[in-house]
Amino acid sequence: MTLELGLNQQPAHLRQGSSIGQPLTRRDGFLKVTGAARYAADNHPPGMLYAVLAVSSIARGRVASLDIEAAKAHKGVVEVMTPRNRPALAMDPDAKDHPFMFRLDLLQNDEVRYPNQSIAVVIAETLEAATEGAVLLSPRYEELPARVGLDDAESFVPRGVGVGNPAVQHKGDVEAGLKSARTRIEATYETPAQYHNAMEPHAIVAAWDGDRLSIDTPSQGLAMAQGRIAGLFGIAPQNIHIRSPFLGGGFGSKGMISGPQVLGVLAARLVGRPVKLVLRREQMYGPVGHRAPTRQTLRMGMDGQGRLTAIDHHAKTASSTFDDFFEPAADASHTLYASPAIATSHEAVRLDTGTPLFMRAPGEATGSIALESAIDEAAHACGMDPLEFRLRNYAEVEPMTGKPFSSKALRECYSQAAKAFGWASRPLQPRLMRDADGFLTGWGVGTATFPALMFQAEARAVLRADGSGLMETGAQDMGQGAWTAFAQIAADGLGLDIDQVDFRAGSSDLPNAGIAGGSGHTATAGMAIHNAGAAVVAKLADLATENKASPLFGAGNEGVVARGGRLYRRDDENRSESYAEILTRAGLTEVEGRGKGAPDPASQETYAKHAHGAVFAEVKVDPDFGQIRVTRMVGAFAAGRVINPRLVRSQYYGGMIWGVSFALHEEAVTDRRSGRIQNANLAEYHVPVNADVPSVEALLVHEDDPHINALGIKGVGEIGVTGTAGAVANAVWHATGVRPRRFPIRIEDLLA
Amino acid sequence: MRDFSYLRAGSIDTARQAAALPGAMLLAGGTTLIDLAKCGVAQPDTLVDITHLKGLDRIEIGEHGATIGALAKMSHVADHADIKSRLPAISEALWQAASAQIRNMATIGGNLMQRTRCPYFRDPANFSACNKRQPGSGCSAIGGVTRGHAVLGTSDACIAMYPGDLATALVAFDAAMHLGERKLLVDDFFLLPGSTPDKEHAIEPGEMITAIEIPGSAAARRSTYLKIRDRQSYEFAAASAAVGLELEADGRTIRDLRVALGGVATKPWRARAVEDALKGKVLEPEAVRAASQLSVEGAVDHGANHYKIELAPRVVARAILKLGETA
Ligand SMILES: Cc1cc2nc3c(=O)[nH]c(=O)nc-3n(C[C@H](O)[C@H](O)[C@H](O)COP(=O)(O)OP(=O)(O)OC[C@H]3O[C@@H](n4cnc5c(N)ncnc54)[C@H](O)[C@@H]3O)c2cc1C
Ligand code: SF4
Repeated sequence: MTLELGLNQQPAHLRQGSSIGQPLTRRDGFLKVTGAARYAADNHPPGMLYAVLAVSSIARGRVASLDIEAAKAHKGVVEVMTPRNRPALAMDPDAKDHPFMFRLDLLQNDEVRYPNQSIAVVIAETLEAATEGAVLLSPRYEELPARVGLDDAESFVPRGVGVGNPAVQHKGDVEAGLKSARTRIEATYETPAQYHNAMEPHAIVAAWDGDRLSIDTPSQGLAMAQGRIAGLFGIAPQNIHIRSPFLGGGFGSKGMISGPQVLGVLAARLVGRPVKLVLRREQMYGPVGHRAPTRQTLRMGMDGQGRLTAIDHHAKTASSTFDDFFEPAADASHTLYASPAIATSHEAVRLDTGTPLFMRAPGEATGSIALESAIDEAAHACGMDPLEFRLRNYAEVEPMTGKPFSSKALRECYSQAAKAFGWASRPLQPRLMRDADGFLTGWGVGTATFPALMFQAEARAVLRADGSGLMETGAQDMGQGAWTAFAQIAADGLGLDIDQVDFRAGSSDLPNAGIAGGSGHTATAGMAIHNAGAAVVAKLADLATENKASPLFGAGNEGVVARGGRLYRRDDENRSESYAEILTRAGLTEVEGRGKGAPDPASQETYAKHAHGAVFAEVKVDPDFGQIRVTRMVGAFAAGRVINPRLVRSQYYGGMIWGVSFALHEEAVTDRRSGRIQNANLAEYHVPVNADVPSVEALLVHEDDPHINALGIKGVGEIGVTGTAGAVANAVWHATGVRPRRFPIRIEDLLA
Repeated sequence: MRDFSYLRAGSIDTARQAAALPGAMLLAGGTTLIDLAKCGVAQPDTLVDITHLKGLDRIEIGEHGATIGALAKMSHVADHADIKSRLPAISEALWQAASAQIRNMATIGGNLMQRTRCPYFRDPANFSACNKRQPGSGCSAIGGVTRGHAVLGTSDACIAMYPGDLATALVAFDAAMHLGERKLLVDDFFLLPGSTPDKEHAIEPGEMITAIEIPGSAAARRSTYLKIRDRQSYEFAAASAAVGLELEADGRTIRDLRVALGGVATKPWRARAVEDALKGKVLEPEAVRAASQLSVEGAVDHGANHYKIELAPRVVARAILKLGETA
């Protein structure tokens, strides 16, 4: 297989001819466009029944009655599962052994804690019968008033936010910093509840065989799902086989196994036959997570040179009444701008909603739209260009901790994107630019950031006597192209051409690859693959260099390089031997190696690790109608080594479009009286359509990071959302002179 | 899902007879009906599929106007060269509606019969009060989420907005519809909610829309449909205006003007007050803006939809002025 080298991409890895850095197209693309890719709901094991959830109409109270007789009398209905006959579990679904064990609604009682909570499951021979059976249950309720808004319940300071960060943090004296400031700003911004709305709904096909369980379901974390289900059912994790070869998007909502997925397993247990359960779109607004609403107040002080003297970022957010996840919005102010004094704090209320969860760039997205808006307000208050202001307050070390960055090419991002965008000709004052058609035109900038996280992963590599290789890891492809990027890393690690590598992922019987989340999957599972490759090549090298019959005899492990299915002597490339020859001589059909990926604790202590970017946006606003259109966006991102520029660019595009969605479109609208979401469908819950997606450009800024991991990989999945939403909001201000403080920005906000 | 029977109509007469039976409904493109059946608003016992009827998809257009068969697809009508040149507002109203996929499925007859997007109307499982669905049960929307609700033509019983774009353009140009034996002005076909919001159309059991007829006029030739919304496509109107203009030989005095509003009223809303105020006047921005304010006379908001009252007259004014600029 001959491969074109990436555009301006340096050969990404040390190995000559490496597949790393190549702009390969998705290996699963053909399967997907031809419909051959089998998603979870495409499976139909013999004897399978259909399960449909009955979900609560009310937000709070209890189910007083269900007409089970009527449902059961409907033709085709086999069984109705309610708290009365739901099979026993080995563990209370409300138990919380650790912060990331989220409480599930598994029909443990008749209590209703949020709208769309599962209250029964109807199992039938056909989907139609199960659907009608669920209607026939005609639930009656005892209803209590719903608490739906940030002011509807008593607020408190959560014990931790996000992944266990302290809710309140500070360095320096913020009040003193504000007092000493020449210029001050204070502003409050509101962001709405948003729902992941992955194209593929949560779906499960579950089949029991004694105490063995076979599952097809989309999951961003197979081993975690396996462990959670094992705990709930009291069986060994190895008894559970989960297949998740393709996901139609996850965005965090498929990170943990959700209640409805487990109900599918319970339903199969109850009826003793395989069962399929697929959520309807409206049923995804509740039990599978969302991004919580926030109200954020920022105060900033600046000296006479426009240098920040203090940042105070306070966020109010919400969790459910029964579990804890707190959007860490204010933490966005920890990493971006230098200031002698920084304070971040959170407060929260408990509402009658499903539990909010991680949603693409949790905390960073909500926090950065507020922070980037406030920075823009601060720049304006100082009479400075917003880019100049950001550079004036550029953080040379991580502001909150004082740690050096493992790498940070943000300056290059600013300058490359600004140049490509044409930022230099921007007038300082708002409402000064009009296009030929009379539209108010505005330009805005936002800084993008996301932590470069790593988790734990394992991989297994095999080299075979026929010259081919195998790499196995239970990694997940959510549609981002992980399957392709990992295969590239595998080929590089095994010293094979990519078409010689059999890459297997997406199944729980493979080594644990951790979670596809936190933008850390490529780095974590990638390092496991890399190390597994190195381990098996080392074994092969031992076989060769210790054998007198080999031309590599005596070269030592360090003295050979692997490439194109051969080992070469480093000091004499004329002396080489193919993998097949080495294994055949040794009488082996294959050799195996294993590898792990994990963050390096030492560098973790020493360095702050983040990806960065700068996004510039142009909007046009109709002066009479307040109708906003984004016309142009340029982003530049520095996120360490790029494994595949084509895939990375599409992650940035997707993230930037999500940022437009955040600024201008997405909002779950709740009926305040009932607590129900009134736009729980894709006709009315808006995301950008093609016509809203202007020209989007993503520049890949070169960045070498010697500390992050041996491959130098940060993450690219979430960063595009951050910065972009703020850039769009700032462009709206620049066009109109109206500062958006409530998102999404709507026509009525700009009708002067 | 409830069982229903399916009948493929072989002729207009059999379709009408079958549809006259209680519980029977006509099925055209299905883009409205299937959705409504899924959410439990429509509970047909029999679906009478009319999509195989011959000759009902014709588009005929000449000097005297156009006749469009009820089964013509939205996309075909929107793309028709003569519709574009002689009735631009009709084409523009259609291509700005829904999505390309829906327009390829949906028919003109079905389009006119689409129901309101009021979220309470479409959610019988969770909101039992809706006078449109269940006369006398109350209105869940009043006091609830109202950003998309009507500000014109509302009543205490119902504030649901009529969401269609095509019908707005049709009422501006005095279009009529063929219902078999009868012919009715589109404007008279749509009813105000009053105390009977369940009765939306002046159509009787056994009647079926077979065609619409749009009289040709100078105003229809010089016409436009301006649709304003937060999203560029695939969204119903926040406010829209169908406008047609005819000037006197002097090129500045308004001889004929047609104005209808969409996205703001309980039915396609002809704004005759604006027309009357400007006919015979010289077309100039101040007068147009002042007269356009008349389009929302009597408007009543329910909180979140207040902005429509500000927005609609601006859309009307822009559409008139834009037409004035085109020769
Ligand atoms: C997400 C979404 C967005 C949309 N956006 C827009 C928009 O922006 N603007 C807009 O105008 N529309 C919009 N629509 C509505 C769309 O245009 C209609 O669904 C479509 O035109 C209906 O046509 P159909 O042939 O599919 O009708 P069907 O669904 O088949 O029928 C609709 C109704 O009309 C009745 N009917 C059908 N034909 C006849 C007939 N000949 N005589 C009498 N009764 C008949 C049926 O019994 C049924 O009650 C949208 C729809 C969706 C789902
Ligand atoms: S506005 Fe009309 S359609 Fe909506 S709930 Fe009220 S009565 Fe029903």
